[in-house]
Amino acid sequence: MRIADKTTTAVSLVKEALEKAKKYEDKHIFVSLNEENALKKAEEIDAKIANGEKVGRLAGVPYALKDNFLSKEGNTTASSLMLEPFHSPIDSTTVKKLEAEGAIMIGRTNMDSFAHGSSTENSYFGPTKNAVDDERVAGGSSGGSAVAVALDIVPFATGSDTGGSIRQPASFNGVYGFKPTYGTISRYGVVAMASSTDCIGFFTKNAEDMDLLMEICAGQDENDMTTLPDYYSETPEKPAKKIGIIKDFDNDAVDQDIRNVLAEKVEFLKNEGYEIVELDMPTLKYALAVYYIVVPAEVTSNLSRHDGIRYGYRSEDAKDLGEIFSKSRNEGFMSENKRRIMIGNFVLSSGFYDAYYLKAQKARTKIIEEYNKAFEKVDYILTPVSPNPAFKLGEKVNDPVSMYLEDVMSVPINLAGVPSVAVPVGKTESGLPLGLQVVGPRRSDKNLLKFASVLEGDK
Amino acid sequence: MKYIPTIGIECHVQLSTKTKLFSEVDNDARGKEPNSCVSPVDYALPGMLPRLNGEAIKFAIRAGRAMNCEINASSRFDRKHYFYPDSPKGYQITQFYHPIIGAGFVELPDGKKIRIEHAHLEGDAGKLTHFDSYSLVDLNRVDTPLIEIVSMPDMHSAKDAHDYTKSLWRLMCYAEVTNGDLYNGNMRFDVNVSLAPEGSDELGTRAEVKNLNSFKSVERAVEYEIKRQSKILDKGEKVIQETRGWNDATGETTGQRSKEEAKDYRYMPEPDIPPINLTAEFIEEESKKLPLMPKDYKEKFSGKIADDTLEILLDYPSLMKKLAEVKDVKRVSNWFASVLLAEEKSAEYLNDLPTAKQLDDLSEMTEKGELSSTGAKEVFLKFFDPQMAKKEAKVIAKELNVIQENDLGELEKIVDEVLADPATKQAQEDFKAGQEKVIGFLVGQVMKASKGKANPSSAQEILRKKLA
Repeated sequence: MRIADKTTTAVSLVKEALEKAKKYEDKHIFVSLNEENALKKAEEIDAKIANGEKVGRLAGVPYALKDNFLSKEGNTTASSLMLEPFHSPIDSTTVKKLEAEGAIMIGRTNMDSFAHGSSTENSYFGPTKNAVDDERVAGGSSGGSAVAVALDIVPFATGSDTGGSIRQPASFNGVYGFKPTYGTISRYGVVAMASSTDCIGFFTKNAEDMDLLMEICAGQDENDMTTLPDYYSETPEKPAKKIGIIKDFDNDAVDQDIRNVLAEKVEFLKNEGYEIVELDMPTLKYALAVYYIVVPAEVTSNLSRHDGIRYGYRSEDAKDLGEIFSKSRNEGFMSENKRRIMIGNFVLSSGFYDAYYLKAQKARTKIIEEYNKAFEKVDYILTPVSPNPAFKLGEKVNDPVSMYLEDVMSVPINLAGVPSVAVPVGKTESGLPLGLQVVGPRRSDKNLLKFASVLEGDK
Repeated sequence: MKYIPTIGIECHVQLSTKTKLFSEVDNDARGKEPNSCVSPVDYALPGMLPRLNGEAIKFAIRAGRAMNCEINASSRFDRKHYFYPDSPKGYQITQFYHPIIGAGFVELPDGKKIRIEHAHLEGDAGKLTHFDSYSLVDLNRVDTPLIEIVSMPDMHSAKDAHDYTKSLWRLMCYAEVTNGDLYNGNMRFDVNVSLAPEGSDELGTRAEVKNLNSFKSVERAVEYEIKRQSKILDKGEKVIQETRGWNDATGETTGQRSKEEAKDYRYMPEPDIPPINLTAEFIEEESKKLPLMPKDYKEKFSGKIADDTLEILLDYPSLMKKLAEVKDVKRVSNWFASVLLAEEKSAEYLNDLPTAKQLDDLSEMTEKGELSSTGAKEVFLKFFDPQMAKKEAKVIAKELNVIQENDLGELEKIVDEVLADPATKQAQEDFKAGQEKVIGFLVGQVMKASKGKANPSSAQEILRKKLA
């Protein structure tokens, strides 16, 4: 480590990161900076090193925190008015683990409000701009985190991925974005979107950094009953031989640059000695429909706690209890939040539950089975992250369905709970970053990251 | 017309687990500041996840076994959504689709069996106190574990309803899953009552009286509903399906504007808690921990305690446990029965029971004649006096100066003194003349002269000898 080697100091790294963050202020990456606390922590770490005390594996490393992670430092708003302001009395498990290793949070990154969106345009604080093109979206919902890493403001940033919220912005901005196996990292202390698909993950510049963050943050947490028993560090090495590609994902609806880069990578892998297997996964086309039933149902439920009573926004016009609920929620939530709340309430309504939610859960089981079968044939699956590269700001924000379609290649993975890493592999002709994702079987995370760096090989 | 009432009861039992159902905070908020037993999970901060309390699962198994219920190897939680300030999450975590406790039955004292449909685990709501222009919220009770016991509509009279709720209360107390404090809402009853004309195969429309917290109010509410619904039906009108509240002061139920019907709880499986899968061994092991039940004590004490006394004493589970430890059950149970029947605040006698040794010593002393029954009772009462409670029976008896004079030589002297007293002369003559009952008076004089320390039967024996 450079800091431990005394070739630099935590203070100078943190200062540098904060300066860069300010330099890119127009990109609107951060919703708040944590300047004072960050510098104080950096000084503490430098002092520890000077005293020869033991420091953590991330000592003095500045990082950016997606705005839906609870931390005692600053306010957690999930980029919404509903949680403006909300000061958390506790740290999320991930923040706790990162800080225990000496990482220093320099600021909170912009996101779609409550992580509802694929462009960060649904932020109450306004959209984040793409790392390479100010007229284009950063992707979402973890747009701010992706851009913060892409522009080298910080070496890593946290994200949450419910249907592609880490992988798609990673792909749009040219960085690594990892959604681990469901239950690998604790969700405790992250503002919940959809409990059964939410995954905590990271943005980094390379697979090695990602592996280190996983080593630190993966593991069973008594505060999250859905976490898996520790497995990440103990994963036996398993070199990949067979790589699957999905026939249905290679069609005219997919951007030509993306199809080209996929074809190039397939060639590259063949030359490297990998066997390419074409997979027929006919159930995946139902994944988006299933996703937009299961996820809104959980969203509406998880957002019920925002009622204007105990914390966050309360309408000033509310005259009685009913109005505290209805006006606070009507004013505090954004249109996309409300859209999902309404869909969710509809599919859970008595009389509709069996037709929608229950049926969607059954279809979800089919999707899981289809992945299981696929991984009997191949080690990993290589697919695009999204059908298009970063689109223009405002292009899709008023057309929810076309926005939802952006997630068509990422959501099946969340429904199945399998891990997937977005790898930066190229650029469009106009210079927009392009990523592909590698999907692995459950708990293959460690080996998956190893393979991902192979893929980047001839970039 | 004559109507047959049909009654089904839902009962909420607060479990006395150490911590709450989904968090690590103290589950016992008695005497604590409002909102002081609330974790970030109970308070429903964003990002908080429930953490299921394994002890509640064990309690549920015991409760289920106490009601002769199947325990389901696989169960899970669901979310029941509604907005109200007593529900911080905006939903209650309950078991709507797959409850942990399956079918069973509760036997009433008259031998009737009331079937249990199922029982499930869920979190309690907070408490609201309403004022003119504002309300206060206390979240201490949020996610206190509850089991909701749903009976089949097997009851047909107010007495059935009373007996069922009382039996349930006893079972839950004996199973040691609740503090059973009805006054503080440890058990709450929702009673469904419907009437059907005699001979009809169909059930009538039901009204549900919610939130009753005593057996007496259950009984009275059912009586009232039977009368109210009979009147409606007699007039040829229809009973409305609705929720009704109970007013204990007026003894009436009143309709609570039935917006109920529009309520849609939008149930959904709880995604934050994995399904609960219990092995047969685990269920078996926990079932074995079920303490003795009222029926076990009835068997155990049959012939030693009179049936009607036992029926009263059975209301005190800790007392039953104590009686099972003592040697002379008959004598000790009588002491308890006498205080519990006579004293106002009888239950206070049960907060801190005497030890088995204290009770055994007292029994033995009485048996040996060292104490009169009055003396024994005096010592017994001192067991509940905080100043004396920890002392041995013998020590208390000495301090009270109630140990009987069993020295016959000494007693004979006292008898002689009494007989020499001219005031007893007439009585002596009467006795000799055959007036048997006068002996009582003479014994009384001996007792008086001995300041109560004489053993009355010995005194009588000596008197009879001397007067023969």
